[in-house]
Amino acid sequence: MHKRHFLKTLFAAVLLAGGVGAAQADALSSAEKSGVLRIAVPQDFPPFGTVGPDLKPRGYDIDVANLIGREMKLKVELIPVTSTNRIPYLTTGKADLVISSLGKNPDREKVIDFSSAYAPFFNGVFGPGDAAVKTAADTAGKVVGVTRGSVEDLEFSKLAPPTANIKRFEDNNATISAYLSGQVQLVATGNVVAAAVNERSKLRRLETKFLIKNSPCYVGVNKGEAALLGKVNAVIAKLKASGELNQVSQHWLQAPLPADL
Amino acid sequence: MAYAFDFSAVLEYREALLAGTGRTLMLTGIGAVAGLVLGTAGAVSRAWRLAPFDRIFAVYVELIRNTPFLVQLFFIFFGLPSLGVQMDEWQAAILAVVINLGAYSTEIIRAGIEATPRGQIEAAQSLAMTRRQIFFHVVLPPALAKVWPAICSQVVIVMLGTSVCSQIAAEELTFAANFIQSRNFRAFETYFVVTAMYFLLAVGVRQVLALTGQRLLGRRSK
Repeated sequence: MHKRHFLKTLFAAVLLAGGVGAAQADALSSAEKSGVLRIAVPQDFPPFGTVGPDLKPRGYDIDVANLIGREMKLKVELIPVTSTNRIPYLTTGKADLVISSLGKNPDREKVIDFSSAYAPFFNGVFGPGDAAVKTAADTAGKVVGVTRGSVEDLEFSKLAPPTANIKRFEDNNATISAYLSGQVQLVATGNVVAAAVNERSKLRRLETKFLIKNSPCYVGVNKGEAALLGKVNAVIAKLKASGELNQVSQHWLQAPLPADL
Repeated sequence: MAYAFDFSAVLEYREALLAGTGRTLMLTGIGAVAGLVLGTAGAVSRAWRLAPFDRIFAVYVELIRNTPFLVQLFFIFFGLPSLGVQMDEWQAAILAVVINLGAYSTEIIRAGIEATPRGQIEAAQSLAMTRRQIFFHVVLPPALAKVWPAICSQVVIVMLGTSVCSQIAAEELTFAANFIQSRNFRAFETYFVVTAMYFLLAVGVRQVLALTGQRLLGRRSK
């Protein structure tokens, strides 16, 4: 243990000597020293992160990253990552935070810590505002479109009452077209898909009726960074209270932040 | 190759396969009967230049024969509701099949009608038969008999083409295959079984049509 610590310090010293301010024990104080917070964000996963027409990253995660930087009074350095390398970027010290539509699961919790949730991410049943559907049982006798073989197909098929008329389509596009053209009354899909539809089509809005599977997004922080994690959690709580996070949700997901997030 | 074949994973779903087969046959049957009636009407309109129907059928035939069946189906199912024409997946599928077969059979049957010797019609006219009598008794039976093999092939093509109706969630045989494959991930076994089923269906439909032709039109058709 002692030896390991020594090696770690030595390694950090070498890096510092080389002019790279990183990989110190306390990410918060080193970020505050350099004035820069390095945040890994997606750029291939709309609406959480894409590249805008000006070739700059933009999206829900980027907005949250900038808000956290503003609250911590640090300059934000955005590091584009993919879904496969986002955790390695954090664990190898190339980023201080991962804000990359990251869901929580036991395997990941062994490797990194998670903040409180900052964005909703779920599969659910969606439909027009006037459809009186609150639980899976309410879909009895209704026509529900779903993309065949998707997670929501498998899960909803288990939940749905036998009289629910499930129409399975080839891809999300056909499922959504079936909804927009009135061929199905409800759809089971992801909230991100619903947001994309609401953004592009004003024909028939998709509103959340009930959740099938919930997996909200969290900010990823390295293990042992309690100070940074505490700070991030405080900022997220503040952004939720001030309504600013709700604005981000309205802008990118076309829906208010769920109350229980 | 370490893949272990497991056909029992497909047989578990035999009810879905049988239901799908029934619906494929239903779609083909209704489509064939209504499509051939439509095709006969189109053929006589075009062959005998019955204005304005000859023009209308000409446009219809060109429109349908030069566009993909899948697109026609999508247009009916996803497109028409924008104009207030709402059809469920079966109505849309049947309509698309009828329209499609109608266009192809118009041209096939027209060829048969145009091959009727002029003298045969003149002979009928000299017997003071009405136009209607001439058509139904003198022209149509031999015309259909001449082109019956082509009609049989076209109906089989249409039956195989109904597989795309799975795209609008009409639960026919291909839908059953895709559904089963999305549950057991046994792509080889599932599609192998369904391919064999389509083959048997096609052979069966061809036999039934050939027999029907013999019964209705006499021995000329084989």
